[in-house]
Amino acid sequence: MEQQLPAFIVGAPLLFSVIVPILGRKWRQSAFVITVATVAVSTVASALSLERVLREGTIRYYLGGWEPPVGIEWLIDEVSAFVSLVVTSVSLLVVISTRRWAEREAGDRPGVFYGLVLLLLAGLTGIVITGDLFNLFVFLEIASLAAYALVFIGGRRAMLAGFRYLIIGSIGGAFYLLGVGFIYFATGTLNMIEARQLLEEAESTRAVQVGAVFIFTGLGLKMALVPMHLWLPDAYEHAPSSVNSLIAPVMTKVAAFAMLRMFLSVFPPGYLSGTVPVADALLVLGLIGIVFGSVAAAGQTDIRRMLAYSSVSQLAFIAVGIGLGTPLALAAALLHVVNHAAMKATLFLATASVRFRVGLQRTHNLAGLGPRMPLTMGAFAVGSVAMVGIPPTAGFFSKWYMVQAGLDEGQWIVVAVVLLSSLLTAVYLFKVLEQVYLRPAKPEPSEHDGDEHSPPADSASQPVEQPAMRPVVERAREAPLDVWLPLVLLGAATVVLGVINVVIMEHVLLPGVEVS
Amino acid sequence: MSETTASALPFAAVLVPVGAAVLAALTTGRWPNLRDMWATLAGIVMVVIAVLMLTDTLDGRIHRTMLLELSPGIDIALRADPAGMIFGLLVSVLWVLAGVYAVGYMRGEHEQKQTRFFTAFALSIAAAAGVALAENLLTFVLFYELLSLFTYPLVTHRETETALVAGRKYLAYTLSGGLMLIGATAWLHVLGVDATFQAGGFLDSAGLDSAKQWGLFVLLAGGVGVKAAVMPLHSWLPSAMVAPTPVSALLHAVAVVKAGVFGMVRVGVFVFGASLLDDMGAWLVLAIMSAGTLLIASILALRHDNLKRRLAYSTISHLSYIVLGVALIGPLALTGALLHIVGHGVTKITMFFVAGAIHVRTHKENVSELDGIGRQMPVTMGSFALASLSMVGIPPFILFTSKFYLGWGAVEVNQQIFLIVYLVSGLIAAGYLFPIVIRAFLRSSPDHTRYGEADVRMVAPIAVTALLALAWGVAPDLPLGFFELASTVADAAFPQSVALAGGTP
Repeated sequence: MEQQLPAFIVGAPLLFSVIVPILGRKWRQSAFVITVATVAVSTVASALSLERVLREGTIRYYLGGWEPPVGIEWLIDEVSAFVSLVVTSVSLLVVISTRRWAEREAGDRPGVFYGLVLLLLAGLTGIVITGDLFNLFVFLEIASLAAYALVFIGGRRAMLAGFRYLIIGSIGGAFYLLGVGFIYFATGTLNMIEARQLLEEAESTRAVQVGAVFIFTGLGLKMALVPMHLWLPDAYEHAPSSVNSLIAPVMTKVAAFAMLRMFLSVFPPGYLSGTVPVADALLVLGLIGIVFGSVAAAGQTDIRRMLAYSSVSQLAFIAVGIGLGTPLALAAALLHVVNHAAMKATLFLATASVRFRVGLQRTHNLAGLGPRMPLTMGAFAVGSVAMVGIPPTAGFFSKWYMVQAGLDEGQWIVVAVVLLSSLLTAVYLFKVLEQVYLRPAKPEPSEHDGDEHSPPADSASQPVEQPAMRPVVERAREAPLDVWLPLVLLGAATVVLGVINVVIMEHVLLPGVEVS
Repeated sequence: MSETTASALPFAAVLVPVGAAVLAALTTGRWPNLRDMWATLAGIVMVVIAVLMLTDTLDGRIHRTMLLELSPGIDIALRADPAGMIFGLLVSVLWVLAGVYAVGYMRGEHEQKQTRFFTAFALSIAAAAGVALAENLLTFVLFYELLSLFTYPLVTHRETETALVAGRKYLAYTLSGGLMLIGATAWLHVLGVDATFQAGGFLDSAGLDSAKQWGLFVLLAGGVGVKAAVMPLHSWLPSAMVAPTPVSALLHAVAVVKAGVFGMVRVGVFVFGASLLDDMGAWLVLAIMSAGTLLIASILALRHDNLKRRLAYSTISHLSYIVLGVALIGPLALTGALLHIVGHGVTKITMFFVAGAIHVRTHKENVSELDGIGRQMPVTMGSFALASLSMVGIPPFILFTSKFYLGWGAVEVNQQIFLIVYLVSGLIAAGYLFPIVIRAFLRSSPDHTRYGEADVRMVAPIAVTALLALAWGVAPDLPLGFFELASTVADAAFPQSVALAGGTP
């Protein structure tokens, strides 16, 4: 049983992604229950795998018992087990918290919706734990296809955004696949560990260099590295609330993790900084992206779009860590993958909770919500503070280690940009907090959006004595328990992850990056 | 020389105000009396804790709490060393008084959202206590950043456009300062230097080259210099005066700005140390900047008719007294600087309390409107007169004692020019404070409205702080041992003080 743990991480969601739509046709309520149970199984399996890895070392799991080079290998080390745990547990909380949205948005086919969610999760966990280059492509496409379909649910404008996402995502996948092809021609293997050994022995040939560039471009598109980010803001803004809360924290982060994996487990150290300076490209694009994303976020009025540009900035931060390439920098990048998953999930879920209650998403319309939705907005505030990086929250520590890594390498520009990014993040997030807590509610918030989500049914159906006199914000109540509890847990996690960061760094991330 | 004992007391000193914040938030506006009681109660508990640690600190037994490992090799640790005790004691004693005062003020002004106010206030105190007791640079930075964060809702409390703009400015300045400190802390860690505060400094023995020393100096002194409002990093402070007066009084005359100058003491004495500052010549940079600030700010204070803004510029000036005292690197100047932290805290809080009491009773904010107010609010304005005497440096008030040591310290290191700076600034202080007292008592009131004294919850703290400024001047050791603590710090920082007194430039 214990030997088969990895199969449960990916297998459970993959299997039930087929079963849920079938059962959901007949018993509509079953879809949500089965999905939560499946994600929970995947989470537990991840946790047990992590525990086993910490106890016994890396697990090399051969799918179907076939050893490489014939079979596919899944590689579960400290890092991938931990990231898988984070992805599954964040997804679990998000799925629970957005159930009411999903009921509204998925319409009469909750089975299909939850089937896609499970498929997405199977793809994401697969990317994290696979040890095979081609298998990674397969999971990447599984996750992407599920994500395209989920974005499409958002309605007419989401169609366009989703279509763009699909085109760009497919190009990214194709680039990656081409790159893997080159590696395969050069080494004759698709297994990451074997490819690593062969690449170490072989001279850096032109084919491998081209392959590296293709892989870099493909994953760069998937992780929305500037200037390959153009699909992301539209997709996040127009995707349904139940979907963007799921995609934003985990989807691009997993692509970033795949990029990290290439540098950790496939290409030998120093391989990518010679004739083909992929590492330098990541570093430079990352630095530009940190600043660009934050500045662009400050200019947005739609909160989801603002958070999307914030994601662009945070992903660029991860790219900087990969580009620096030292063990400490890679660990800092990994820590940020984890931290940002928790922080972004908090922020997006809070946004979803606000939209659920009052149907507002323009930053200037959130005025006065603080006291009326104390738990939702409290979690949002904690998440924001963590994003800014005030110690002892999680966001501080990824920056703290990244600054150290930059200083170690004498990269002053990295140190300056990483520190500056704190201030830039404060600009756009405190702008929202100022509205939420310090400004009076607007009498008639206008969204000027043409958004298809009409104000939610339950606040419209409330008995309203003086419809014209009481602004919608003043009628707002705290979201229901099943919405706010996962949200508050995630908000608390952004602090807890910071306080226990030494445990994560010393036992999970640093050993993980140093072994490879 | 001194031993450390594991103890929960330093942690308790930080935890008590956090508890008060939680209780205040839970009690909410439904039971305002209960809610407002927590702060005073917690303040008293905090004073008791501080006094319990005090005797041991004076005997050389330092209480220390190790909380947890914050980053590989760096712990969050709190330690009640003599320097930290000075700041911690000051904050906790004044919190009790400010807690009482705040209730009177907030009720008198019918302020909104008082629960948020009292919660954020208590959290700020916790952060200030953490700054005081931090054992190493990272712990210091942690609480320093939290202090910026928790005081933000207090600065913006009025929720007016001006308040929001001031809040943004406040965050921009203080967060930038914090980032400089974070950068410096990370740099020290990368260089392999253990950043635990040590009397006499730890950087001298680290053997860094001059470029690194200067880089660290700019980052550290700049980082704490923001909250210490050393020009040109000062402009957030006058803007922050839009906050309710108890905030201006306790936070922007005591906790926040004193966290800045206290940080300057930590950086100057406990990170760099006297001999390194001297070798680098960094003391001169610091001395010139602070001397410039204390003169310019005094002159600017003359120009402002708004009472709180005038007091804000006076604060900027007096903060630089302390920075200059650190920069002079002599035991006497350091003793004076530490006493000035206490003396200016208790004196300036009196003045802000008075400004608030006048506003609550009369809604007047400008000096030019205060004619004859002294006869109507005799206790309040009498206290202001006492505080003015102290601020100018008339014996036997506490600020005379501290200025005396600062001036003596300047002579001790043969920098008579800075003695002159101190004296001139004292004269200017008379120029911007005495006219207020003269107007209040000697001119007659233009309108015929009769105002009485403010609520007793406001008048009593005013009188107590004014009397403390006098009492600590007469006997700085009673009952809290400020003088003994300050000279302990100076002795530890300058073990070779006798030799240094005659030697350096």
